[in-house]
Amino acid sequence: MERSPALVGYYTIIRKEFVNMTRIWTQTLLPPVITMSLYFAIFGTFIGSQVAPIQGQSYIQFIVPGLVMMAIITSAYMHTVFSFFFAKFMRTIEEILVSPMPTWAVIAGFVTGGVMRATIVGILVIAVSLFFTRIPVFNIGVVLGAALITALLFAFIGLINGVFAKTFDAVQIVPTFVLTPLTYLGGVFYSIDQLPEFFRMLSLFNPILYMVNAFRYGFLGVSDVSMTLAFSVMGGLLLVSFCVTLFLFIRGVGVKS
Amino acid sequence: MNSTIPALKITDLKKVYAGEKGKPGTEALKGVSLTVEQGEFFALLGPNGAGKSTLIGITSGLTTKSSGTVEINGVSLDGDPDTAKASLGVVSQEINLNIFERVIDIVLNEAGYYGIPRKQALPRVEQLLKDLGLWEKRNDKAQSLSGGMKRRVLIARALVHEPKVLLLDEPTAGVDVELRRTMWDFLRKLNEEGVTIVLTTHYLEEAEQLCRRVAIVNKGEIIQEGNVKELLTSLNYVTLVVDTKDVISTAQFELLRHLDVKKVDENTLELTLAPGDSVNDAIRDFTKVGVVIANIRNNGSRLEEVFMNLIKN
Repeated sequence: MERSPALVGYYTIIRKEFVNMTRIWTQTLLPPVITMSLYFAIFGTFIGSQVAPIQGQSYIQFIVPGLVMMAIITSAYMHTVFSFFFAKFMRTIEEILVSPMPTWAVIAGFVTGGVMRATIVGILVIAVSLFFTRIPVFNIGVVLGAALITALLFAFIGLINGVFAKTFDAVQIVPTFVLTPLTYLGGVFYSIDQLPEFFRMLSLFNPILYMVNAFRYGFLGVSDVSMTLAFSVMGGLLLVSFCVTLFLFIRGVGVKS
Repeated sequence: MNSTIPALKITDLKKVYAGEKGKPGTEALKGVSLTVEQGEFFALLGPNGAGKSTLIGITSGLTTKSSGTVEINGVSLDGDPDTAKASLGVVSQEINLNIFERVIDIVLNEAGYYGIPRKQALPRVEQLLKDLGLWEKRNDKAQSLSGGMKRRVLIARALVHEPKVLLLDEPTAGVDVELRRTMWDFLRKLNEEGVTIVLTTHYLEEAEQLCRRVAIVNKGEIIQEGNVKELLTSLNYVTLVVDTKDVISTAQFELLRHLDVKKVDENTLELTLAPGDSVNDAIRDFTKVGVVIANIRNNGSRLEEVFMNLIKN
């Protein structure tokens, strides 16, 4: 059966993204694995052995889902922001812009690239975590759903940042000043029930909290927030980021003069 | 393709680039209208900043227009951009290649963006790379190629989907003379095969050699458009450079004063002939005063003279 031209274009972008990602695997796949291994060793094993169980889970078991989610978020985001910004910087984005590829296929190609990298990194980090602890799976549907929605969301956000970025410094601003603080404060290392009331309430405005907790619930069956609320927040943000990306691409923001 | 439908029809195209921080915008195109027929080899000439690249950018979908319409093979770029773009190939002025990709992948990926699966595109890519002398380099990364080779990769990439219309923005900029001639031959062959070619160039000799029609763009407007031959006949004088065998003495030069001559150096004169003047008469006068001519040549590109006159006016 012959594939539609738009699908051929979509597969072409995915293939290109995969080749680029694996070509520089020491920069794309290896660093998160090393970083998370250090987290598992230091926070999970060395310090974690002296920390009391949280919500009935040993400390290392408690932090593993959050750390995997952290790697997924960073990988999905970094992939699309760099890939798109690089294409803009080298002007190779023009290869696509002059072609008859529909906007949805271009967006889908870049976003799939981000999700692909997030998935590979997520699997690698889970595999490494098994050297430190055993991770049960409470609900595989929730695990996969939370991981997919989060990867998609941050791939879209990375793409939006890539559209606006004019320098390599601008690419680094969001991960440094927004993503990292929100991730660390998103309940990766603690339950928000352990926080004073004000900070507990403040944490509820951090969207990453819902992603980390949904993912943790899928593995361990424990969470600080309800799954309905968590998936509503994630789904809502995904919809907004999708619409913003589509709008920017249709208008040619950042790529057309 | 219906030959009565123009390959490219641009109507009242305007472009104003937004100004920065309260500064007024730049009017790059002031209502340009242009028609290029099927199978033509057409050149857009003009000084830097004339609006040529903006015109190419809007036609190829890389620049947004302020107003006006663009039709490619009768299909509106606004109404059905996908169909319009499918019949267009674009060679940009900048070397916009991913330098970390292999040559063959760059061209195959472009085929993919045009909806041609990899396997199906391979024979066409092989042929193109062979025709452009790049087959041996197919597995090399673009970063290892010379400037001329990179330009040829841009051409191969633009042709992979067999476009009916090819836009080239300064295709031979920075290319050595030998390669420029090879590229001319390639483009001529392509045009003979039925591909409509529109190019912008700074090299007026290029336009004179390749194109049947040209448009001269200046300050966002087309100031002259027409057949190259007609434009050349509009030039009402010819300037010839005469190299002499011996040094021209002052006495000899004085005796030639009735002709419109300028002394360039002791062995070279520049002779300007008005309409009706005869080269034979001029040569006879040179011989009469004892000047032995070693060589006579045209003073550069004649189109360049037309161009300079138009720009000055």
